[in-house]
Amino acid sequence: MSRLFMFEKPLGMRDTLPELYEKKHRVRTLMEDAIKQWGYQFIDTPTLEYYETVGTASAILDSELFKLLDKDGHTLVLRPDMTSPIARVAASRLLENDLPLRLAYAGNVYRAQQREGGRPAEFEQIGVEYINDDTVSSDGEVIALLVSSLKKAGLNQFQVSVGHIGFAQELFKQILGTNGRANALRRFLYEKNFVGYREQVNSYSLSSIDKKRLLQLLELRGGEEIIGKALDIVEDGYGKESLIQLKELWDVIKDYGLEDYVKFDFTIVSHMSYYSGILFEAYAGNVGFPIGNGGRYGLIEKFGKKASATGFAVRLDKLLEAMGSQEISNTVECILFSQERRKEAFQLAETMKAEGKQTVLQDINGVKNLDAFTKKFANTTFLIGGA
Amino acid sequence: MNAKLTIAMPKGRIFEEALELLRKAGYTLPPEFDDSRKLILDVEAEDMRFILAKPMDVATYVEHGVADVGIAGKDVLLEEERDVYELLDLQISACYLAVAGLPGTAMNDVAPKVATKYPNVAAAYFREQGEQVEIIKLNGSIELAPLIGLADRIVDIVSTGRTLVENGLVEYERIKDVTSRLIVNPVSYRIKDERINELVTRLSTVVSLEVK
Repeated sequence: MSRLFMFEKPLGMRDTLPELYEKKHRVRTLMEDAIKQWGYQFIDTPTLEYYETVGTASAILDSELFKLLDKDGHTLVLRPDMTSPIARVAASRLLENDLPLRLAYAGNVYRAQQREGGRPAEFEQIGVEYINDDTVSSDGEVIALLVSSLKKAGLNQFQVSVGHIGFAQELFKQILGTNGRANALRRFLYEKNFVGYREQVNSYSLSSIDKKRLLQLLELRGGEEIIGKALDIVEDGYGKESLIQLKELWDVIKDYGLEDYVKFDFTIVSHMSYYSGILFEAYAGNVGFPIGNGGRYGLIEKFGKKASATGFAVRLDKLLEAMGSQEISNTVECILFSQERRKEAFQLAETMKAEGKQTVLQDINGVKNLDAFTKKFANTTFLIGGA
Repeated sequence: MNAKLTIAMPKGRIFEEALELLRKAGYTLPPEFDDSRKLILDVEAEDMRFILAKPMDVATYVEHGVADVGIAGKDVLLEEERDVYELLDLQISACYLAVAGLPGTAMNDVAPKVATKYPNVAAAYFREQGEQVEIIKLNGSIELAPLIGLADRIVDIVSTGRTLVENGLVEYERIKDVTSRLIVNPVSYRIKDERINELVTRLSTVVSLEVK
């Protein structure tokens, strides 16, 4: 490796300079306030976790984990998401009375470093986990909270696409039976390869009706009417169960009055059997990657308690990107003083701070270029020379 | 939502065929399109913007969302493994990925070397065959590699096979058939669904007519 320049940071790491810090802080505060209003309690967990516990339980692919070794040779991971650490805490400490539990977090998560730009190895997520409540009401609450917290944060144009892991699974099982053929199709769906999916379906020896049912799955995107179309292609069983859940979810969302933000999409699947029911992604038009995602999962069981949960996570960096450039007005004021009027300056500063103004006290002898310095403030007061 | 649709087009060989396909699908594209040197072309009448990229880069633009949709060869998609929707086989620019080399030669026992523009595809292919090979990445004129002893085999796209013949090489194995695909950014697929659905419907009508 070539010698490092002193300005270099490890691959995938970013600094947060004052202006960005302010923006992040503001959006984070707005989101947090919205989440707290719904009665969720914020918690923090360690940055490092064991690979064997949190690392393997996480929804993040093994190859994307940021791994390290501790001094005893245990493999550690920088937490890849907040969901699995919270599942660990909930199962071991908090889920004692078997009651519904509403937790929230805002914290940095980590991914394996990538050569290509635009893929930071560290980024902040803010989200909620609603644990130990199996009702569709809880799925609806999480989606409604996602929508309303994004709105509170100031994002206007966005969409949440909702799918159900059970629908495609059950459809495949009904038509294909054996798991091998179903897995092949699921893999194509996960890889977003519809060309491959269609070729695969056409290569199976099936009745033309069954082929049509499998191909129609790709078209199942849209509003409430999609549930009716989906009903036409599944038989009874769990597939229908998932549609009943989605129909109920739609009613819940409608009762929240948020149906304008939500659409259905039956082609959303996850890469492994991580999600167990309703799942969703949030998109804003001007950002090429989802700004958030979530769904129902059975992760808590891996940590030893029988409970399922639902939640969402929003990526703060993508959310800021979606909100575009917003002017942060500079409200910091400055008092420039010389020794003679120092005490007066200090008193004035106390008064201004008490009024809630951000105030900088600056000895004039410490400034080489006065013009450049005063430009950094909304207002400058000079307390210089004999009174 | 009816926002402008940005389409990443591959420059060179595939461009002409892709353009013809779009015209057949009823999109009115100006004639100066064909030999412009501009990299960004706006077509106000269709509310579309075309960006002209290296074929290998099309999927990158689409994955990052700076283009909503793109036309990319299956070879590129296999090599780059970008997170994009592959919606439609456009059936244009047909060719295939193949292993080639000097006739009657075997691979080196100790360190079999393969030169290619497609290191991921080549590595995956030989691994599936149960062979561990060393990959040498080249950016063009791949046929040179076996001729001057850089590698035992090459992995490259073959359309007519003429380049291979003229350089005295033979095809050993056919890896995968390649045609151009319509790819879509996952967010655009949801947010600009109406425009993209229309594009897919119009293109698939043309494609299925061509095939018959």
